[in-house]
Amino acid sequence: MSIEARFQIDRGDFCLDVDVRFPGRGVSAVFGPSGSGKTTLLRAMAGLEKAAGSYLKVGDQVWQDETCFIAPHRRAVGYVFQEPSLFEHLDVRRNIAYGRKRVAPEARKVSLEHVIDLLGLGRLLARYPRQLSGGEQQRVAIARALATSPAVLLMDEPLASLDEARKDEILPYFESLHRELDIPMLYVSHSKDEVMRLGDHMVLLDKGRVLATGGVAEVFSSMDLPLAHAPDARSVIEGVVVAQDEEFGLSYVEFSGGRFAVANNGLVADESLVLGSTVRLLVRASDISVTLERASNTSVMNVFAATVAELAREGAAHVTVSLSVGAVAMIARITRKSATVLGLEPGMRVFVQIKSVALLR
Amino acid sequence: MMLNEQDMVALAISLKLAAITVLLLLLVGTPLAWWLARTRWRFKFLLEAVFALPLVLPPTVLGFYLLVVLGPRGAVGKAAEAMGAQPLAFTFAGLVVGSMVYSLPFVVQPLQAAFSALGRRPLEVAATLRASPLDRFLTVGVPLARSGFLTATVLGFAHTLGEFGVVLMIGGNIPGRTKVASIAIYDHVESLQYANAHALAGVMLLLSFLMLVVVYAANGRLNTVNP
Repeated sequence: MSIEARFQIDRGDFCLDVDVRFPGRGVSAVFGPSGSGKTTLLRAMAGLEKAAGSYLKVGDQVWQDETCFIAPHRRAVGYVFQEPSLFEHLDVRRNIAYGRKRVAPEARKVSLEHVIDLLGLGRLLARYPRQLSGGEQQRVAIARALATSPAVLLMDEPLASLDEARKDEILPYFESLHRELDIPMLYVSHSKDEVMRLGDHMVLLDKGRVLATGGVAEVFSSMDLPLAHAPDARSVIEGVVVAQDEEFGLSYVEFSGGRFAVANNGLVADESLVLGSTVRLLVRASDISVTLERASNTSVMNVFAATVAELAREGAAHVTVSLSVGAVAMIARITRKSATVLGLEPGMRVFVQIKSVALLR
Repeated sequence: MMLNEQDMVALAISLKLAAITVLLLLLVGTPLAWWLARTRWRFKFLLEAVFALPLVLPPTVLGFYLLVVLGPRGAVGKAAEAMGAQPLAFTFAGLVVGSMVYSLPFVVQPLQAAFSALGRRPLEVAATLRASPLDRFLTVGVPLARSGFLTATVLGFAHTLGEFGVVLMIGGNIPGRTKVASIAIYDHVESLQYANAHALAGVMLLLSFLMLVVVYAANGRLNTVNP
């Protein structure tokens, strides 16, 4: 199954004009600056915004086209709003059960106990929303949406209203949703960190239009898109934990271009870096340096053979270099002077030294 | 100081009138307030002004027009007569109709304010949780606006209890049928029966005060707009 969406919404000062297909599984991150139409897109999919000439098909069901418009309450969506928006007059259990009660019994695939477990709400069931922290409220809102066994889960910046500590508290729950439920999710965010951590597929929006769709790693490292040219450009690399070195506290993550050494001391790291698990690494463009020969006396452990794919000038002093490392694209930001001294040009064989690598998940 | 039997009857009529009026106003006023709170109709302000008229009109003006309309020669009166019913003027039913007009803003405005304060979000959430429009109204709109309902009920009740001018114009002063407490007090004063006036006025003062105490205590935390 997949989700096809075509929307043309004209609100005078803002236009949304998209024609996009989302995969029927995994997390599709909808990323873009504020005002790019992310929220409007989600609202339109839920039927909260009406517009003529729209088309939406989820799996084999058409939710709207020229002739039909399925009312919001007849769409099998789960919607998590930016603010938790719990019903203040209902306790946690009744909040979670609200939507589920209204779903036909034969369409209830997710049990109440399962969502309560999944989001760790067992001890909060008798509380009222005002007695919960922001993070807890948002977990209840997610559980409430999931309990309706939606065909698609729409999440509109669910972490935006939370502080950093609360975000870290919730992110692991998203990862377990991802692993345990077979519900496609659209995750709207303007945070690169969240998108890189949670997204499988990515839709890049700007000014109401789709700039690109594709895998997260691909979109972040594409030289044709603005992300690779941003001051905080970064690359995502997926690999498998193949070895561990307990003496030095390192794990080795293999990808098509070589083997990363990753320090085990991160907070999330220790649980994720299990032998055989697939992990996702983040490398910042400014943490990559390029050499013509493999340096032998260096403290940098992650050195890989690479081929220069493309160069782009950024202002007076810098260039962005796109490099192929195995089958992976990495983005490096170096000074223009260095690039000139090294004589970098597309097709050259070089080495990349990666000073630091972070574990995303 | 005890109330005499006639005053007890007048008080009972007042309470009955207030209760029936509020009940009917809640039935009519809730959908009206819901609509006013949610519509984007550009001429909504005109209707709002019409519904607020009883707040500012002298009760005698209101009563006069009601008398004209409800009386035997008025449109409603004629219609009632054609159907074989009594004209509404000088009947208890007439008092109910008059009171409903008179107290309408006191019921509709707190409800409208409470519904507006809800915003669209809780209802949108309910929609994404499969609740139909009526279901959303009943299970989310009404419970979340409960302080507005309390305010509307008490203000509507207390205001009807205190009405004088309209009743005098359209109700006449028929003991046991349309003579309400406020008019009984007026009659007592007219005939210099100050003790009786005191007793009845005291009861009314106490009742009104108690009702307002209930509202303000219950709404202490919630910010409701009262007319």
